[in-house]
Amino acid sequence: MRHLLSIADLTTPQAIQILDTAEELSRVSDGPMKKLPTLRGRTIVNLFAEDSTRTRISFEAAAKRLSADVINFSAKGSSVSKGESLKDTAQTLQAMGADAVIIRHSASGAAQRLADNEWMTGSVINAGDGTHEHPSQALLDAFTIRRNLVHGGNDLAGIRVAIVGDILHSRVARSNVLLLTKLGAHVTLVAPPTLLPTGIEEWPVSVSYDFDEVIANVDVVMMLRIQMERMSELFFPNAREYSHYFGLNRDRLKKMKPSAIVMHPGPMNRGLEITADSADSARSVILQQVTNGVTVRMAILYLLLAGVQESGVQG
Amino acid sequence: MSLALPAPDMDRAITRISHEILERNSGSETITLLGIPTRGAHLAARIAAKIESIEGKTAQCGTLDITLHRDDLRLRPPRALMPTTIPSLGVENRDVILVDDVLFSGRTIRAALDALGEIGRPATVQLAVLVDRGHRQLPIRADYVGKNLPTSLSQIIKVQFTELDGLDAVTLEEGEA
Repeated sequence: MRHLLSIADLTTPQAIQILDTAEELSRVSDGPMKKLPTLRGRTIVNLFAEDSTRTRISFEAAAKRLSADVINFSAKGSSVSKGESLKDTAQTLQAMGADAVIIRHSASGAAQRLADNEWMTGSVINAGDGTHEHPSQALLDAFTIRRNLVHGGNDLAGIRVAIVGDILHSRVARSNVLLLTKLGAHVTLVAPPTLLPTGIEEWPVSVSYDFDEVIANVDVVMMLRIQMERMSELFFPNAREYSHYFGLNRDRLKKMKPSAIVMHPGPMNRGLEITADSADSARSVILQQVTNGVTVRMAILYLLLAGVQESGVQG
Repeated sequence: MSLALPAPDMDRAITRISHEILERNSGSETITLLGIPTRGAHLAARIAAKIESIEGKTAQCGTLDITLHRDDLRLRPPRALMPTTIPSLGVENRDVILVDDVLFSGRTIRAALDALGEIGRPATVQLAVLVDRGHRQLPIRADYVGKNLPTSLSQIIKVQFTELDGLDAVTLEEGEA
């Protein structure tokens, strides 16, 4: 494995290897000394051409705990805003000796383009590309589900997951559907028809327009953010109506199975897709997701960067 | 291929190491055994069982994965991480005995000392190995040795445990020169 561009590229054993590695690394994060020498001397560039708080900070924390050097590079205040192309940016980073580039971009396929063109010899990690994929988020979600609900066994066989909300614009939903079903979970998408992508019949999932019917039968309720910034037209009549039919609130929380958990990739629109008391309830593992994010990203960086790759070009 | 230690001799060596550990540390009160996965962890469990049968009380025994501290990470494909389990009393001010199956270059033990330093500050660190095959690349020696086995660099030492391999044995194989 040289790059992490898409969950679609991962085999099931590779995905489980990342989760198992994260499990071992979590013991280090819990210990008194949080820094490991493993990636000493490696340079990792955070190339963020789109806003992000937790993903960038999470990758930065993960890289630093493994003793890598981190260079943060955001589009605002860099030559990207002067119109520099992705190619020139990549070649600049290569000339500076980056061993890995973590890229967030508003264009779907940006990470793939960076990896395919051999502008750089290092690894490329997709930290979210347009409405395509966000693999590290799906891996940390799968890790959080496994830690909370799977006792013995290394995959998610038999777990029922509802992903609720703005599926159409969500790269988190795409990566999660691919990964969770790969690991044996059953996924139900819940959304108004306007927020479901065309061709949804082809996905390995069930689809429902009735949140109340679904919520009592699932182990995981994963709420998605309504992505106002990607909405150029009206997808639902108003926020109040959306919350009424598709929001997570106290009444719906009561219908959930006793062991079921609530997840949200963040940032949340409190009061729109999730009420404040649901987000802060005992069922919520939203902050665990953030903590696990650092651990899972350490596992990704370890597996991509610590050894020589099979091709033998890196080292 | 030659049999360097058949099962009964292997058991005798483990018994002797266990007695030596108890003698050196005046009992099992202060000691914590940490095996280096995979086979060091099995050897540590054997020694712990032996110490328990001698002393009549449970010994502190865990595992210590050293992968993240290896100095040859860049020379090989990424390795899977193994479990680290620290027993209840921790390592702080304990007499920690690192346990591994074969002592060779000494680099594994150097990494283990680094990994141990992350967890705490033991009173002493000692080293027990089933086989010392020589060819050290670092100034490291074992405190307890099951068998000194002079080897050439091309030979391969194979340690087998019933739990993993179906039999107990140490064998010496001729590798390609």
